[in-house]
Amino acid sequence: MITYATYFATACFGLGFLMNLWKIATAEGVGDRVLALDTMVINAIALMILYGLSRSTEIFFEAAMIIAMLGFVSTVAYARFMLRGNIIE
Amino acid sequence: MDLVLEILIAVFLVIGGIFGLVGSFGLIKLDDAMSRLHAPTKATTLGVGGVLIASMLHAYAYEGHLSWHELLITLFLFLTAPITANFIAKAHIHRHETPDSLPVAGEDLKWATHDIAPEKKKSDSAPTDRS
Repeated sequence: MITYATYFATACFGLGFLMNLWKIATAEGVGDRVLALDTMVINAIALMILYGLSRSTEIFFEAAMIIAMLGFVSTVAYARFMLRGNIIE
Repeated sequence: MDLVLEILIAVFLVIGGIFGLVGSFGLIKLDDAMSRLHAPTKATTLGVGGVLIASMLHAYAYEGHLSWHELLITLFLFLTAPITANFIAKAHIHRHETPDSLPVAGEDLKWATHDIAPEKKKSDSAPTDRS
């Protein structure tokens, strides 16, 4: 039962990942692209956790933690770039 | 393995997957840029939270001890999602809205992105637009 639930959740998040890629490709503004990238990072975290859950390893949690931190920092950097035109003044 | 625990893990996984899918679908479905902001920051974060709780219970069921890594990631995501949403909304106001197109802020001051802070207004030396 857990196996099929994991398959279902992986399919959902993979589909969401593809939707975010589509949004990044077809968005009309920079803000939408940054938002889609932020969502893509969250979906990538979920996919890594699900892979680690199906393999029963704990290695992927550290990787997911690092990706979460880097995703947050990159989103903030993009938002500052949209606001000010440069990142570090 | 305990059947109740197995059902609980499966339910958390399914709920998390549905929330993640709804969040990503709302990103391409909704029309307005500011309503598009709602879907990923709320629904997707909740979906990841469900998956992480399922992973915690899974570690408890198979290895006998709760693993706290997932709770750390959940906490971090729940803390950072509003901050990124605030940043993106601020950038949107800065780029796409004028002071006339926004609703009234409800205070003496205007919206923070467009208005000068009061102490700077007295000295009248700070530039309004730093972009």
